[in-house]
Amino acid sequence: MAIINISTPLTDDDIISLRAGDNIKISGTLYTARDAAHKRLVDLIKKGKDLPMDIKGQIIYYVGPAPEKPGQVIGSAGPTTSYRMDPYAPILMEHGLKGMIGKGSRSMDVRDAMVKYKAVYFAAIGGAGALLAKCVKESEIIAYEDLGPEAIRKLTVEAFPVTVVNDIYGNDLYEEGIKKYNIEQIN
Amino acid sequence: MNESCGRIVDVNEIKEAVKELAMNITSNIPKGIINALEQASISEESPIGKEIICRILENHKIAREEDVPACQDTGVAMVFVEIGQNVKLEGGDLYDAINEGVRQGYIQGYLRKSVVTDPLFERVNTGDNTPAVIYSDIVPGNNIKVTLAAKGGGAENMSGLIMLPPAAGVQGVKEFVIDLVRKAGPNPCPPIVVGIGIGGTFDRVALLAKKAVLREVGSYNAHPKYAQLERELLEGINALGIGPQGFGGRITALAVNIEFAPCHIASLPVACNLNCHAGSYGSIVL
Repeated sequence: MAIINISTPLTDDDIISLRAGDNIKISGTLYTARDAAHKRLVDLIKKGKDLPMDIKGQIIYYVGPAPEKPGQVIGSAGPTTSYRMDPYAPILMEHGLKGMIGKGSRSMDVRDAMVKYKAVYFAAIGGAGALLAKCVKESEIIAYEDLGPEAIRKLTVEAFPVTVVNDIYGNDLYEEGIKKYNIEQIN
Repeated sequence: MNESCGRIVDVNEIKEAVKELAMNITSNIPKGIINALEQASISEESPIGKEIICRILENHKIAREEDVPACQDTGVAMVFVEIGQNVKLEGGDLYDAINEGVRQGYIQGYLRKSVVTDPLFERVNTGDNTPAVIYSDIVPGNNIKVTLAAKGGGAENMSGLIMLPPAAGVQGVKEFVIDLVRKAGPNPCPPIVVGIGIGGTFDRVALLAKKAVLREVGSYNAHPKYAQLERELLEGINALGIGPQGFGGRITALAVNIEFAPCHIASLPVACNLNCHAGSYGSIVL
């Protein structure tokens, strides 16, 4: 299976070239955020305040890692389910976010926003946190330390493996996959 | 020891058992699941699905060899204690001891703390993964069996319960379960394990589903009709085509486990509890 290497920050040219089903390895920066951090980020935007990081061209990884053991950069760090971030994702894309990594389906609003603002949604393997943590070379908490596992971290990753689920052409890998393999008996 | 006094167990032993389990189960995925994944790596027809299963097996191997959690979501700690009725506990409060075992195990094991104080208003992380969800049963004998399950949130969120009319029958159960798995799609991290409770009451059927999802993968219900239903449901779920991680494929579920109980003449309760391929649970008998 062909693998495409990309690095952050992502440009519109990067985004235009990606198609649902592509296997990607990402190198560069990922920002972590899940439910509670998203709520705070969107509250800041709504109040017209600056975010703790510049999200233009960046990728947010939906993850709450396990604590690192001595000698580890980060504990196990696989994706969390993305739909919980759906209410917050479009406004972040409007402000320049180019990529999201998680697992599971996105709402139609989020998919429409990806087409409109030229952003993509990647899936990493849910439940493979030990494997994925090995691609993380640096990890630093940059905001919301009080949220514990939900704090925002800046991760430096090398060849972080993901698959494109939603591209800017409206394709959805989950829909395509199920169409291909569904063999339900129609009564 | 005087026979009539039974066996005396210090609750500290139970604390130690809970702690030991917490520090082991998230890095040692049960053999039944590993066997099913190995079988799936052969039978999966989708190329990307096959590759995903191989990466999952690699992940579980890293977890085991490096003693790190297979999945970062090390869950809510669910503790089931079966206490022999001849046992007398001493040394303190049983539930305090269990929670202390969870606290020590999650901190010393570098596991993620994923419990918030209240569900709706504050949602402040308790910082040590307590309180555990605890179920205790009195059983015959002199032993204590402690089971710990680290139940992650992703698959738990996709679970469901329905109070069917008895006339819905087998077909009604099948439709409910298959529709639930269809709607869950990629969210619970397929390939999944499907635990189904049938019968009992509104509350009991959910616990039956939990016990079913924590039953060894590769085991079957002892009742032939329920074992047959397990096979038929597995076939029906794997016909959906969701596949590993939802990218399309043959293996959506590794197993369907059913537990059942008698119920009211008016009822047919059904609960379906999902677990991912990184199921984390184990037992110690004291």
